[in-house]
Amino acid sequence: MSKWPEEWDKLPMGGVIDVPATSMEYKTGTWRAMRPVINKEKCTKCLLCWVYCPDGAIVRGEDDSVSVNYDYCKGCGICANECPVKAIEMVEEGV
Amino acid sequence: MEAGEAEKEAIRTCLSGDEAIAYAVKHANVDVIAAYPITPQTVMVELLSEFVHNGELDAEFVPVESEHSALSAVVGASLAGARVFTSTASQGLALMWEILFTASSLRAPVVMGLANRALNLPLNIHCSHDDAYGARDTGWIQLFAENVQEAYDLIIAAYKIAEDRRVLFPVMVNLDGFILTHCVEPLYIWREERVRGYLPPREPVNPVSWERPITYGPVALPDYYMKIKKQQYEALKKATPVIKTLLREYSEWCGRCYAPLKTYRMEDADYAFLVLGSTAGTLRTIIDRWREKGRKVGVVSLTLYRPFPVEELREVLGGLKAVAVMDRSHTYGGPAAQLYTDVATTLYDLSERPRLLNVIYGLGGRDFTPADAEQAYQALMDPKVKEVWVGI
Repeated sequence: MSKWPEEWDKLPMGGVIDVPATSMEYKTGTWRAMRPVINKEKCTKCLLCWVYCPDGAIVRGEDDSVSVNYDYCKGCGICANECPVKAIEMVEEGV
Repeated sequence: MEAGEAEKEAIRTCLSGDEAIAYAVKHANVDVIAAYPITPQTVMVELLSEFVHNGELDAEFVPVESEHSALSAVVGASLAGARVFTSTASQGLALMWEILFTASSLRAPVVMGLANRALNLPLNIHCSHDDAYGARDTGWIQLFAENVQEAYDLIIAAYKIAEDRRVLFPVMVNLDGFILTHCVEPLYIWREERVRGYLPPREPVNPVSWERPITYGPVALPDYYMKIKKQQYEALKKATPVIKTLLREYSEWCGRCYAPLKTYRMEDADYAFLVLGSTAGTLRTIIDRWREKGRKVGVVSLTLYRPFPVEELREVLGGLKAVAVMDRSHTYGGPAAQLYTDVATTLYDLSERPRLLNVIYGLGGRDFTPADAEQAYQALMDPKVKEVWVGI
């Protein structure tokens, strides 16, 4: 089982999860209200956003350029707050 | 087994309710005990720790620092496949509150002895049913003992019920604080081997192993929480007839009759007293005297309180004129006390149903006397009275 089945009567008894590392299946990005958008031109590749992201949702490229994994980014805005050159803008979702 | 053979394996002795429970737990050959002493349950814990210390019982005794830890420890051990026991009373159960839900949600077959005691304030160590009622919506099976023999018997039955693969829910065995926990009564206990044959070592349901890692108690948000609760709700509903069958089979094994409820002189009764715990015996004696005066009254007492024996009660109470529902507790600001509201809901959709009177009695260990029963009877005869606090 990689994911809990949808039907209540098919779920494992006691709500246990009988395989490891299933949290990867849980796309917490759906919680997001504000979406971080990185301006690549302003970005100096200092990697502070990558250091500060509490969810590991900043992806570091081989050339130290950064991007956001929107499957898991909850939109907390810490990256935008820490960015010393204001290269990350928080944009409202669904607008 | 022939009745005669069973008798040979029984020992006639005298024990207090706490001692009887400790012996039943020892005979059930538990693997892990974690409990924190609290009056009037203390003797259970003392005696069990003695059994373990003396080598009479091969079990882990975990001397925890609180009731919250006691229940947490046995839930963990139970999931790993151990047969477990914990016990508490009153404030101790209140401190277990969070883990009560955890135990039933994880389907851990924990058995608990609950020495029913009043909740603060004022501080009181004697019997009320506040603690048991407080836990009634936590998903546990709740049994009530009427005397010391039943306390002993129901612990053994509780293991059979809790660990049955068709059930797998925690079971709480209630006994009235001091009235049963500290009262020494004659009873039969079994030779240990007979109980050990009846309760073979249990197999874990989801064994903990390196080969098969498992997450117990994960987070489940709105997408799954309600589905998991629905499953638990249906599971206890499905287990209810199994619990009744297991009680019937247990009666055959032990030679004493256990059922969801007991009736006394109900065959021709117009009125009934419905009660939990030790007061059932008191009421039977009083009602024998009333019968001589021509009062057509009977007694109904519940052994199984959760799941609530709905069908049985509808059958027994449905045709009566009036029922006195006895609550050894009270609810503040509610429409009526706990057992009353259970019964009122049970009878509500019958086309003919009895009038109900809520009798509040015995709070904090206050004696329930024949004079109090008389006061309740007079109130029951008066359709205008809905609630009466007797013996105040």
